[in-house]
Amino acid sequence: MYGNGYTSPEETAKQKPDPLAGEDLQQLALFEERITHGEKIEPQDWMPKEYRRQLIRMIEQHAHSEVIGALPEGTWITRAPSFKRKLALIAKVQDEIGHAHLLYNAAETLGKSREAMINDLLSGKSKYSNVFNYPATTWADVTVIGFLIDGAAIVNQVINAKGSYGPYCRALERICYEESFHLKQGHDALVHLAVGTKTQRAMLQDALNRWYRPIIHFFGPSDKASVHGTLLMKWKVKMASNDDMRNQFLDQYVPKIRELGLDFPDPKLNKNAEGIWEFSDPNWDEFFATINGNGPCNAERLAVRRWAEEHGRWVRKALMNPSQKQVLPLS
Amino acid sequence: MKSFDPRVNRINPIEEKTEMNIGEAWEPYEVFHQKKRGDHHIHVGSVHAPNAAQALLFAKEQYGRRQNCVNMWVVRTADVTQFQYDDADIFETAIDKEYREAYGFKVRDKINAYKKQQTESK
Amino acid sequence: MTPALYNFILKTADDCFILGHRNSEWTGFGPFMEEDIAFASMAQDKIGHAWLLYKMLDENPAAAETLAFKRAEKDFKCCHFVEQPIGEYDFSLMRHFLFDHADQLRYEMLMNSSFEPLAHFAKKFKGELKYHTMHADTFILQLGNGNEESKARMQSALNFCLPLALGIFEAYEGEQEIIAQNIFAGEKVLQAKWVGKISPIIKDAGLKMPDINTLQAVNGGRHGFHSDYLQPLLKEMREVVDAFPDATEW
Repeated sequence: MYGNGYTSPEETAKQKPDPLAGEDLQQLALFEERITHGEKIEPQDWMPKEYRRQLIRMIEQHAHSEVIGALPEGTWITRAPSFKRKLALIAKVQDEIGHAHLLYNAAETLGKSREAMINDLLSGKSKYSNVFNYPATTWADVTVIGFLIDGAAIVNQVINAKGSYGPYCRALERICYEESFHLKQGHDALVHLAVGTKTQRAMLQDALNRWYRPIIHFFGPSDKASVHGTLLMKWKVKMASNDDMRNQFLDQYVPKIRELGLDFPDPKLNKNAEGIWEFSDPNWDEFFATINGNGPCNAERLAVRRWAEEHGRWVRKALMNPSQKQVLPLS
Repeated sequence: MKSFDPRVNRINPIEEKTEMNIGEAWEPYEVFHQKKRGDHHIHVGSVHAPNAAQALLFAKEQYGRRQNCVNMWVVRTADVTQFQYDDADIFETAIDKEYREAYGFKVRDKINAYKKQQTESK
Repeated sequence: MTPALYNFILKTADDCFILGHRNSEWTGFGPFMEEDIAFASMAQDKIGHAWLLYKMLDENPAAAETLAFKRAEKDFKCCHFVEQPIGEYDFSLMRHFLFDHADQLRYEMLMNSSFEPLAHFAKKFKGELKYHTMHADTFILQLGNGNEESKARMQSALNFCLPLALGIFEAYEGEQEIIAQNIFAGEKVLQAKWVGKISPIIKDAGLKMPDINTLQAVNGGRHGFHSDYLQPLLKEMREVVDAFPDATEW
C-alpha cells in the first residue's frame, strides 16, 4: 500500500534545470517513441539518466512504504480479536513484506542494490509514505488502514501499473491482485465495528477522525503546476496528478463510509457541481513536518527496522557464500 | 519510548546508525513456477538467497502461497544468458516467411476448380 | 467424545495455537524479507491447525473462539516450550525445528488413528508440515555448519531448547485410554521416533546432541501448570476482546 511518488523540497532543489542535458538525442527519440506507442521499457534498454534516477527513487520509496507499512498494522498482530481476524491480519502484514520484496527487486533491476536501498531507508535518506508515521492506537485503526489506506493505495497502484517500466508494472500487477484481498478484509472488519455495539462503533468513529487528515495527505500536495511532473508524465513514470487520484479515491470511498452512517470530521468534505471533492485545508505543514522526520512515529519506525536488520545480521552473514555474485535480478 | 505495539516494547529498538553490508543480501535467483502438470514453467520473479536450496524455500512462499503450483525451478540469475534488447531486430524477418506457416499453403481453390471442371465436362 | 479424547485434542491444539501466536510476532521483524514471508506463512499454518482442532471439540462454531479468547490460563494444556517468548532468531528457529519434527511425526502416526476425524486432518496437514521441517532442516544444517557465531548460537539454542522440548511429550490425563483405543500410540513412542529423526540432522549440522537421558523435561503444561509467560501472552492476545465485553462479533 502506498501513496504517490513524493518529491521532497530537497529533491526538487536537486533537480537540474535541464534534466536531459548530455543525453543522446537519437536514443532519447527512440525511447520516447517506444513509450508513446505503449511499449514497456525493460531493464537492459537504453534510458535517460533522469528516467532511471526518478524510477529508482519512486520504486524504492514504494518498497520502503511497504516494509514500514507492515509496522502500524503489525501493532495489533498479537491482539486481533478472533481466529479469522488474527489469520487475516498476519496474512495481510505478510503480504506487505511480500510487496516490499517484489518492489525492491524491481528497483534493483535499475542498478541500485538491495543493501544500498535498505541503508538509505535506515539512515533516513529515503522517504516512505507519510501515512505510516502515525500510530495505530486501537483495533479500529487496523480496519481503517486496511480499508481506506489500502483503498487509496489501490487507486494509485492500478494507475501506476499502466506506466512504462516493465518490472515495476509486473510487480504492481501482482500487488494489485493481493490488495483486493486487503481491501475486502479491511472493509469486512470495519463494517463489523460499524454495525456492532455502541462502543465498537465509537472506537471506529474515533479512528476515522484521527486518520482523516493523513488520508487527505496520502496522495501528496497538489502538483498540477509542477514542470517536473510534465516530463515524468510524458515518460509514464507518473500517471496521474495527485489531485486527480485523491479525487478518484474520495469519490469511491467517502460514500462507503457515509452509507454506514459514519463520517469524516470535515464539514467541508463534499462533492461540488463539477464532480470535484472539496475539503478543508488539511494543514500541509504537518505533512511536510512528518515526512521530514518529525511525525509521531518516524523515530520508532526506523528504530524498529534497525533492530530487525541488526538482529538478523548474524543469519545473513553466516549464510553468505564465497562464490556469491553481485548481479541484478533480471526483470 | 513506549510503543503502541507490545512487540516493540519487548525489544530495544536501535536509535544509532545501522547498516547492511554489501553481500548480506546474498544474490538473486530467478523463479519459475508450474501451475499444473502439463504446463510450462513460467518465470514469476526472483528471490535473494545464499544458495539454490534456500532459494527454493523462499520462492515457495513468495510465489506459491497464493496460487496453484505443482513445481518450481530456481536458477541463479548470474547463470542466465540473454540477448540484448538492442538486438531485438534479429527477430525481425525480411520477407513474410509464409513458406513455413500453415497459412502459406492454400489449395482449396485448386480443388474446387478441378471439381467444377470435372462436373462440367460430364 | 470421551474426556480423554477431548484432552488429547485440546493439548495438541493448544500447542499449535500458542506457538503459532508466538511465531506470528516475527512478522515484519524477520532477519531477511524472504524469510519473514516464509515464517509468517508457517505461523498461519499453526494457528489454522489449532482452529480446526478446536472446532472438532464442539459443533458450535463460536466455541473455538471461546476456547482461544476466553478460557482461563489454568485450563490451557500447552507445554512450556511453546509459551516462551520469541527471543532471538536462533531460539525461534531451533524451537521451530524441534517442535515441527515432533508435530510432523505426530500427524504421521495419527494417519492411522481409530478416530477418523483426526486421521482425516493428519492427511490434510501433511504437506504443510513437510514444508515446515524442510525449511527448518535447511536452516539448521546451514547455520550449524555456518560461521563460528552461528554455530555457537545454534548449539546454545539447542541446549536451552531440549529440556523444554521434552515437555512436548509429557503424559496427560487419559493417555492410557487413548493408547488402548488406538487413537494415538502415545507420547513416549513419539518421543523415541523424534529423537531418531532429529539426532542425525543435528549431527549433520555439526552440533552436539546432549544426552537426552540426563535432561530433566520441563513439564507441567499438560496439567495446567504453566510458565510465567502464558498469562501475559493471553492477556495481551485478549486485550481487544476483554475491553468490549458486550461485543459478540468482530
